[in-house]
Amino acid sequence: MLRKVLYIDLSKGESWVEEKQELFDKWMGGTGVGIRLLQEECPAGTDPLSATAPIILSIGPLNGIFPVATKTVATFKSPLTGELGESYAGGRLSLALRFAGHEAVVIRGQAEQPSYISINDGEVKIKDATSIWGIDAQTTGVILRDREPGVGRRSIIRIGPAGEAKVRYAGVVVDTYRHFGRLGLGAVFGSKKLKAMVISGTETIDVPDAKRYKEVYNRLYKTAVQTDVMEKYHDIGTSVNISALNWLKGLPTKNFLLSSFPQGENISGEMFAENHLFRRLSCAGCPIGCVHIAALKTAFSNHHEFEVKKVSYDYEPIYSLGSNLGVGQAEGVLQLIDVCERLGLDVMSAGVVLSWATEALEKGLITSKETQDVPLQWNGVDGYTRALENIVKAPNEFYGALARGVDYAAKKYGGLDYAMALGGNEVSGYHTGPASIVGQLVGVRHSHLDNAGYAVDQKAVKKPMEIEMMVDELIKEDNSRGVFNSLVGCLFARGVYTEENIIDSLETVGIWKTKDDLMELGKRIFEEKYKFKVQEGFDLSKVRVPRRFYETVSAAGLVTPETVEEMLSIYRKKRGWSDLL
Amino acid sequence: MIESQAVEEIKETEANPVLEPAEEDAASPAKPRKRRRLKVAHPERCIGCLSCMFACSRTRTGTVSLQNSAIKVQTQGGIEGDFRVVVCRGCQDPPCARACPTGAMEKRPNGSVVFHKDRCIGCGSCEKACLVGAVTLGKEKKPIKCIHCGACVDFCPHGVLKLEEVPASGG
Repeated sequence: MLRKVLYIDLSKGESWVEEKQELFDKWMGGTGVGIRLLQEECPAGTDPLSATAPIILSIGPLNGIFPVATKTVATFKSPLTGELGESYAGGRLSLALRFAGHEAVVIRGQAEQPSYISINDGEVKIKDATSIWGIDAQTTGVILRDREPGVGRRSIIRIGPAGEAKVRYAGVVVDTYRHFGRLGLGAVFGSKKLKAMVISGTETIDVPDAKRYKEVYNRLYKTAVQTDVMEKYHDIGTSVNISALNWLKGLPTKNFLLSSFPQGENISGEMFAENHLFRRLSCAGCPIGCVHIAALKTAFSNHHEFEVKKVSYDYEPIYSLGSNLGVGQAEGVLQLIDVCERLGLDVMSAGVVLSWATEALEKGLITSKETQDVPLQWNGVDGYTRALENIVKAPNEFYGALARGVDYAAKKYGGLDYAMALGGNEVSGYHTGPASIVGQLVGVRHSHLDNAGYAVDQKAVKKPMEIEMMVDELIKEDNSRGVFNSLVGCLFARGVYTEENIIDSLETVGIWKTKDDLMELGKRIFEEKYKFKVQEGFDLSKVRVPRRFYETVSAAGLVTPETVEEMLSIYRKKRGWSDLL
Repeated sequence: MIESQAVEEIKETEANPVLEPAEEDAASPAKPRKRRRLKVAHPERCIGCLSCMFACSRTRTGTVSLQNSAIKVQTQGGIEGDFRVVVCRGCQDPPCARACPTGAMEKRPNGSVVFHKDRCIGCGSCEKACLVGAVTLGKEKKPIKCIHCGACVDFCPHGVLKLEEVPASGG
């Protein structure tokens, strides 16, 4: 396989391709290649919103070739946490990159004026985007669709006004319903005056042994559609967890003041499916169709005139903009998701920032002067809508602070005890127990998906587990996900990609690996990421755990600081780190 | 990734699922002759996974490709819009065969169209003649044509596609 990196320099208006066989041989692809390129491209202490900061998009050897290997990883320096930025998106991007012939793209520099990048096979153009600067993320897609080639096989990724305004948790919208949501890639796009990228290609890939390829493909395809390993995503979708976690007392509610939501039933996955779901979509190459689209129909006059919005939903946005803000109707949740989609904000960070602000206003740390009379109160959907718009417009210092994340805002106005971030990243929707907290603290990108601590907690609820065993599980996931994210598979499909299936599918594209090779690769990737984190100032011994985690009962009962500290200490020891790190 | 070199297509005469008149007649001489034809039975159930397109190019050409697929799933107005699934209709009076100046697209007595690669001059008349857009030219300027083998049907998770039997002469 020919493994290449496409370089695009926005300052110079140039692009070129470099063969990097050794890089891909050693680091596989996806996140493995991504972290190595970041180390090469991003000098220590780089301002994440400066021209020096790179954006790296990478896919792996299975993308486009095997089912459910549908993700692309973005690697960058996060303007939210100031250290490793890593975010994954589905849609059609990995397929478009595959057929355009680029397994990795490095974007350097800063454009002089608003621009977008058009990649069509080997042809790379940097084009003027002045007339679409300021336009919402959805409409930007509509406009570029008419301008660019590749109908049905292209991917359009773009930022909204939040990215342009460099809100530190602005995301990049991928093919309308998918996102590089977390850690502020949208702000990095904005800082480069990069509004969008349109990618398409027409390459054909020959596999060494077509017969063997068909065999392995069929096996994986059948596992995905005919067994129960992906059933959860196929039916109600991730939002099925709302009811489950609400019942377990693990559903963060009103800024984690509660861990179950009395109105939870109204915003459950079952309720969405019954009343609002009208369509399901897939990322290209995945037969599951987990993208759930709801129709939000609102009357805009009393003459039976309606506007209909098509909004995608999942567990995390329902938590962050629903239970976490005390929003107890599906319509309200959908409205807030739609606002974030158009502005191009990460729904999770946005929800957590608003829930902190609501509580801070209740407790008098801020007043209506700061909020400019926007009523921030639980279940106040219209107020929250206006506040989200203000976060992007930043009409005063307060909204400007909110645009920098909950850690920053709470350091300025107080209320750190309930500023729900771990490692500087606003937390995900799980108050399941200590493994979720520790998992997000130690995880390379401080995401619940780094090591799925929430799943470890839920396992421990069913069958009590020693905390050392919990730490072992986190480490195992940290490492194995590094491998899976180098392929780059969808984490929902981890059940499909058993070690054996990974080895067989790699072999069909000419890559021979043993189980030991993969384990070693996972460990190496994790270590490289930590090198970057430490270089940028991350210190595990100084991480902040909001007190609220210890005050509100979790699915595993009350979590104590001692448990979390002990787990961190075991974690460090097992990683071979001194207590200083 | 290696660029596709010579794409070895399945020989149509070998893979063509059209029931040969001889075997059919021997089985039940009284029955009318039939051929199999691909049908988009439920386009509104499509989720846009493109598994059918990959199945087509994988089965017919042994490659990973959207370009080599005879079936096409298109978006209309992006992912927010409806999908359009374009397949060969197996026309009763196929315009692609009529338009072909060299007999490369040949209509058989049972109504199916066979493509003879060696006769094709790559003029693109067949592509222009097909109103539904089911015939497109591949990289070598040769048409990529559905052979109604049904490989795509097996890989559609939602039963959008169906293989139906139609009278041999009809459509």
